[in-house]
Amino acid sequence: MLHLILFSVFGIICVAGAVNLLAQRHPINSALSLVVVMGSLAAEYLLLGAEFVAAIQVIVYAGAVMVLFVFVIMLLNAGEEERTEGSRVALLFGIPGMVVGSLLIAWVLITHSGNVTVAIGALPGPPKTIGWLLFHDYLLPFEVTSVLVLIAIMGAVVLASRPESTQRKKEG
Amino acid sequence: MVPLSYYLVLGGILFACGVTGFLIKRNIITIFMSIELMLNGVNLSFVAFAAQWKALSGQVFVFFVMVVAAAEAAVGLAIIIAVYRTRETLNVDRVNLLKL
Repeated sequence: MLHLILFSVFGIICVAGAVNLLAQRHPINSALSLVVVMGSLAAEYLLLGAEFVAAIQVIVYAGAVMVLFVFVIMLLNAGEEERTEGSRVALLFGIPGMVVGSLLIAWVLITHSGNVTVAIGALPGPPKTIGWLLFHDYLLPFEVTSVLVLIAIMGAVVLASRPESTQRKKEG
Repeated sequence: MVPLSYYLVLGGILFACGVTGFLIKRNIITIFMSIELMLNGVNLSFVAFAAQWKALSGQVFVFFVMVVAAAEAAVGLAIIIAVYRTRETLNVDRVNLLKL
């Protein structure tokens, strides 16, 4: 019962944050509601027992990635977004279609997934076990992601550097 | 005890919100945030399935998804800065030419 109450509370906060992200016009408001979504998702992970995932959700997502977003919004001085006229047909068919489709999927998920329930803290994921898996079973993917991060760093530096400075490098 | 399907539905709602934001938003930064929202919905399903199958691999995959999302955020925001520098706008409707 306690699990259901906690799940519902954080789930409602999560969905409210996601809807607020769509409703807000100013990007900084959207960014802050995304932080709310990520924080409540971390609580959901804790309810499932995934301690390590909850911790890196807060540190990496709600911390690092969102700081990067807010930083770019501030840097570019982004104002309120301009609304453009959407097509009438998309509104007429898109929204009912989306509602029907999502209700159908939810119905299938709820009725056909059997009586599988998840207990509170169902699968403890302590950092020790995760680390053991990461450096034994998933060593190759782990090393590949390190190469990916290296490429991402170089790409970000090259893309964000000013064109003049790259030109000067070519001449010099 | 919470049915597994509740977690999956919550993940699906987050994913749907992300898709909707991707389609209706006009600010390129907000569109990017919608992509992060979609990734978060997928992560929740990963952790829920890991709990159901008693397999920690699901949580390791969430770790990998987060690494890719962080790399994507760094590169994507750098691209946004480059676009803003050449076009002075963040509205995707105005970014409609490959050539300047």
